[in-house]
Amino acid sequence: MRRTLPIFVVLAVLLVAIAVANPYFLEPPAFLAFVKRAAPLVILAAGQYAVIVSGEFDLSVGSLVTAEVVIAARLIDGSAEATWPVVALLIVLGLLVGLVNGVVTTLLRVPSFITTLGMLLILSGAIFLWTGGAPRGALSEEFRELGRGSLGPVPWSVLILVVVAAAAAYAMRARFGHTLVAVGDNDRAAALSGVRVARVRTVAFMISGLAAAVAAILLGGFAGVSAQVGKGLEFQAITAVVLGGVALGGGRGSVVAAMAGAFTLEALFTLLNLYGISGALEPAVQGVIIIAAVALGAVRFPRRRVAATS
Amino acid sequence: MNSYSRRLLACAALAVVTLSAAACTSDKPATSSASAGSGSAEPAGSAAAKDAGTGDQSKFFVQADYDAQMAMRKAQADGPADKPWEQTIDAQLVDTGKYKKSGPYNLCFSNAAVNNPWRQVGLKNMQAEVALHKEIAKFTALDAEGKDDKQISDIAELQGKGCDVLIVSPNTTATLTPAVAGACPKVPVIVFDRGVQTDCPVTFIKPIGGYAFGAEAAEFLVDKVPAGGKILALRILPGVDVLETRWSAAKVAFDKSDLDVVGVEFTDGDAAKTKSVVSDYIQRFGKIDGVWMDAGATAVAAVEAFEDAGQPVPPINGEDQQDFLKKWSDSKLTAIAPTYPTYQWRTPIIAALKILKGEQVPKVWNLPQPTITQDNLTTYLKPGMPPLHYAMCGCENLPGYPEKWGGTS
Repeated sequence: MRRTLPIFVVLAVLLVAIAVANPYFLEPPAFLAFVKRAAPLVILAAGQYAVIVSGEFDLSVGSLVTAEVVIAARLIDGSAEATWPVVALLIVLGLLVGLVNGVVTTLLRVPSFITTLGMLLILSGAIFLWTGGAPRGALSEEFRELGRGSLGPVPWSVLILVVVAAAAAYAMRARFGHTLVAVGDNDRAAALSGVRVARVRTVAFMISGLAAAVAAILLGGFAGVSAQVGKGLEFQAITAVVLGGVALGGGRGSVVAAMAGAFTLEALFTLLNLYGISGALEPAVQGVIIIAAVALGAVRFPRRRVAATS
Repeated sequence: MNSYSRRLLACAALAVVTLSAAACTSDKPATSSASAGSGSAEPAGSAAAKDAGTGDQSKFFVQADYDAQMAMRKAQADGPADKPWEQTIDAQLVDTGKYKKSGPYNLCFSNAAVNNPWRQVGLKNMQAEVALHKEIAKFTALDAEGKDDKQISDIAELQGKGCDVLIVSPNTTATLTPAVAGACPKVPVIVFDRGVQTDCPVTFIKPIGGYAFGAEAAEFLVDKVPAGGKILALRILPGVDVLETRWSAAKVAFDKSDLDVVGVEFTDGDAAKTKSVVSDYIQRFGKIDGVWMDAGATAVAAVEAFEDAGQPVPPINGEDQQDFLKKWSDSKLTAIAPTYPTYQWRTPIIAALKILKGEQVPKVWNLPQPTITQDNLTTYLKPGMPPLHYAMCGCENLPGYPEKWGGTS
């Protein structure tokens, strides 16, 4: 709880700042709309957290989201019956991409930075080749409902987010969570104490792939087919996780804080927008956050860093 | 305990970083009337008071070009009415006798990029036009993938390939100018879509232009939205000349009107972001009475923001993409679609053959730039075509339509 406190303070300050600029923001419909908008990034951040805390990176989630949305539109092509089988297929595909990332990283010993960068390029290239730059088909109303509609006053995406957040928090408190953090902290020690490091890390990549699939379903539902839907999401997710105080390199940080980091990033973007600052500044702000957070992390634990590199 | 306090310190520092990034923004937005509350010392002064919330005029705005395009919107085009890609407006013909040669011909094309649906449709139009002409023995197209340096080397490479005509769609205007100027003495050059800052190409082909696009949409809103109505203007990104001209013409129209432009926002051409921005404005102002867009790719997302807020969709402009036309028709919107027609990709091939046959061509080949309105909507709404297909393609009678364009008949 102590660890997660600072990011919540930052988040609260940002929310207050938004409310000062736009008092309507704190009323339930507006706030729910904000949570709905943040939901895909928060879910991606939870997935990215699993990978980062286990000591790896996943750069492929952005293009995976794009791929899933484009594939969904092509396969559904406006037909209601095709919706649920395609949703199931998207989830399987997300897990599969995670599995490949994990196996290549752990068994072939390719650094995850390279594995997932390669996956990013492969997916975006394949999508471009397949679609020729212009996605075809259309998402059905039923598919759109998850990202667009709501149950009474509460959007479906908020409900899905609550379920994902609860599952993530539970998993990190359970044995799996402790193992994941142990692997990221010191994989040799974890291996010596009987943890199957390769398997745990592969599962982390699969969680990230699953998160990308869920985010794709919500984003595709929210705004429809687009070949740009996932652009830059991998860096937003990593920024969110870092902002939540999770150490790059693994072993430290909480999933709740990572998700709060995603909310904070989204709140920051909302605030910038409210003050009339264009999207051009967003990447710059993300860059400052990543560098500042990692630099501060290095200052924090000088001895551990030395030990990790030796 | 020690590590906890360090962590707190680190996060506090981070908070300072993030907040100062947000705080430093508050003294910038003199352009947005929405943030009128905090204005203390405004250097812009009196000009800001009269601008109807549209901000300063773009530095890309050129009055003479604007006036010329406004005149061309009303002008009658010469040429066959059923083939607008062969029509010209205000043509100043030039002789091409010195380029005359007998076939078969080898045409070369240096393309800026194929990275968006507009260029996708355009390239297919061009390839189909090539296939219509048996005298074209070879057509070599190089894709610069949106990179100036690659296009410069592409143009150099094509000069060694025995091209009879070199067609260039420049990636950026200023940077590609020397490369085009270098090719002109060796081979007849045709430039289209974006321009270059030299008059050495034999012909420069373009639709009327960005001012005409922006003005068409803005005048529609001025006409349809009651006085005092709140307008939200959505732009893709700043600093691109072809988009700046669209907005600057709209600004002129809005400044003359009684409309209140409550926001000018950038969307990066992203549907989710567009929808979020529009939702924010609906929340903040309760009601938005009109939406102006500098490009139609995210128009459907903007429409959905109103639907999801449970509000009627106000007058809006999109472009000639099928998804918007379908939405317009299905939801009975009050809408208009100015176009930047993709049929202009057929014209360079036609021009190349004219040049090689020694026929006269216009120095600047201004193509008509039609607008889709309620009256002709059904003509351009084509079931079976993909959602991002551009209707103003002039491709319906080309071989391979509709399959080659991704559609079904």
